[in-house]
Amino acid sequence: MYRYFKAAVTGNSPVNRFFKLLSIYFPGEIITPEPGQFYMLQTGHTYDPLLKRPFSVFSHECSNAKDSNESSVTSNELKTKDKDLSLSSESSLQFLYRVRGKGTLGLAQMKAGDSIQVIGPMGNGYPAPEGDFIAVAGGIGIASLLPFLEKHRNRAYLFYGAQSREELVMLEKAGNAARETFITTDDGSEGRKGLITDVVKEFLNNSEKGSDKLSVISDKLKDKDSSLDSSLITHHSSLPLYACGPAPMLKALAEVVKGRGVKCYASLEEHMACGVGACLGCVVKTHSGQKRVCKEGPVFDIGEIAW
Amino acid sequence: MVNISVDIASLKLKNPVMTASGTFGYGEEYSEFVDLNRLGAIVVKGLSLLPKEGNPTPRIVETPAGMLNAIGLQNIGIKAFINEKLPFLRQFDTPVIANFFGDSIDEYVRAAVELCNASAASGGIHALEMNISCPNKQAGWIVFGTDPKTMEQVVTAVRKAANLPLIVKLSPNVTDIGFMAKVAENSGADAVSVINTITGMAVDIRRRRPVLANNTGGLSGPAIRPIAVRMVWEVCKAVKIPVIGMGGIMTANDALEFLIAGARAVAVGTASFTNPQATVEIAEGIERFMAEEGLSDINELIGSLKSI
Ligand SMILES: Cc1cc2nc3c(=O)[nH]c(=O)nc-3n(C[C@H](O)[C@H](O)[C@H](O)COP(=O)(O)OP(=O)(O)OC[C@H]3O[C@@H](n4cnc5c(N)ncnc54)[C@H](O)[C@@H]3O)c2cc1C
Ligand SMILES: Cc1cc2nc3c(=O)[nH]c(=O)nc-3n(C[C@H](O)[C@H](O)[C@H](O)COP(=O)(O)O)c2cc1C
Ligand code: FES
Repeated sequence: MYRYFKAAVTGNSPVNRFFKLLSIYFPGEIITPEPGQFYMLQTGHTYDPLLKRPFSVFSHECSNAKDSNESSVTSNELKTKDKDLSLSSESSLQFLYRVRGKGTLGLAQMKAGDSIQVIGPMGNGYPAPEGDFIAVAGGIGIASLLPFLEKHRNRAYLFYGAQSREELVMLEKAGNAARETFITTDDGSEGRKGLITDVVKEFLNNSEKGSDKLSVISDKLKDKDSSLDSSLITHHSSLPLYACGPAPMLKALAEVVKGRGVKCYASLEEHMACGVGACLGCVVKTHSGQKRVCKEGPVFDIGEIAW
Repeated sequence: MVNISVDIASLKLKNPVMTASGTFGYGEEYSEFVDLNRLGAIVVKGLSLLPKEGNPTPRIVETPAGMLNAIGLQNIGIKAFINEKLPFLRQFDTPVIANFFGDSIDEYVRAAVELCNASAASGGIHALEMNISCPNKQAGWIVFGTDPKTMEQVVTAVRKAANLPLIVKLSPNVTDIGFMAKVAENSGADAVSVINTITGMAVDIRRRRPVLANNTGGLSGPAIRPIAVRMVWEVCKAVKIPVIGMGGIMTANDALEFLIAGARAVAVGTASFTNPQATVEIAEGIERFMAEEGLSDINELIGSLKSI
């Protein structure tokens, strides 16, 4: 079965004192994940922790990818249901995570050689942008957005906020993939001190007014062209936004974009038990009824969410 | 050849492993992981006459070797189930058991009738499972399944109105479950399911608040298994109708405990979340165990518990 497999842990190393990077390998065929999709990962080998936990795909590499139609393994069900899926074999998947509680603590203890049960890729992922776009990451939200930035290199104006400098994990990698990067931290240890959504608001307001100055670009990224091309300024305020981060950030962003007539996609988080749409544990209220974050999401039109 | 098929009232199950209501959606959610033809029966998410929104989130939280859920019986309603979900389920050669509930006796009866009518018209529903762990709005929100009088009334009323086999799913939140099972049997139940989740609570110590938006939730998973096995054993001693055992079954060995204690069939719930193929793996494991033990018929195993 493509969406449920037992992989081998190949690495699980700290990125800094807050974050770790888990690498797993599976030789057989799996469904190629899209940025914004997630996997349910086993986090222990006993009944405590019991449930799998959701983690965004941070990176995926494989030896070869092909359409499900050309697959050597025949699964009629798969073919009829998802005609446009592509399959990959010999996949290496990476997950960037932060230790929060029991489950992530269990994950942090996994070692190379351990086996790990995996369900995924699940969820819808980010819709493809037509051109340039704005990405808004809060803390570990970068885990889900980074593969999206990398897939669409040099197209994103990235707004990245975290509590402190150390918590701006993968800043360089993200900065390299983005056109432009704007930073805030809660404690002011990097970029501007304050909330990233305030900077997004300023950016949108400024570009509406035709101004091109924003002084929150990270020092590390200053060597890149940091002044915004003024010919583009007017259309910045109409770029689509893609966001992943804690609920208060997304809620604030919903306020920022309200009434501007721009598309804004947000990847939501909820406690999950099954990850496949069966338990109804992960629902979010939208203007068109309850939606399951694991199935209809995790990416939603931010205007659809009934905060 | 090893026989692992069992009968529950007029239902013939290929094997004794069913899905537990609310943990397998409407079947299609797991069809990518499990060949639904290989299940003993599919028990769908609890249905009500009208669609129900359920509780605010967080609805689930993990606890030691278990989880608390307070989904609040969110469902699409019986009409949408019949029109949108049942056609898919009809493709499979597996009995479908419709779990349902109401907040008054009248609503239970009307829900049961609607399900029976749909089945009479175009088939696809093979039995009803009545969830009585719901509060009764006409009696101060006392849970039907915790008060023998109310339980007798509601089961009797549904029994009269429904022509499909009727399974009553007992609440474990009672003092004497054997007695409650007897009430269900005397009120006309064809079988009982034992157990539903056990009410529990978790506190967020930093925020000084319950973790679940609903304050309390139902505990499921391996943490409740010994309680469930004990309750199944007590119920089996109290009634003659078939008993369907559930509560924390993760492996074939767990399921065997229930069968040996007297359950005619078992249901697998929370285990599907951790292993989407748990149901079929458990059915295979039961068959393997029988071969190892030199048994040819599962009925030799059911209720084979030796009393001391
Ligand atoms: C679609 C999706 C993708 C995610 N991707 C990543 C990722 O790439 N990297 C990463 O580090 N984390 C990610 N998360 C969050 C991650 O799943 C949670 O941090 C993890 O489940 C916490 O488990 P725990 O047992 O360690 O914490 P717990 O002890 O269960 O809880 C610790 C804290 O985390 C909160 N929490 C619990 N479950 C979740 C959840 N499912 N989502 C959000 N918060 C939760 C709790 O409310 C509590 O505040 C993602 C969540 C979702 C829904
Ligand atoms: C998320 C969830 C939803 C449930 N929903 C229902 C339901 O709608 N109706 C019902 O009768 N039981 C419901 N149950 C109870 C299960 O069917 C089962 O009785 C219980 O979980 C014990 O089995 P387990 O430990 O194997 O999960 C639900 C359980 C869970 C975990
Ligand atoms: S986690 Fe079970 S429905 Fe989304």
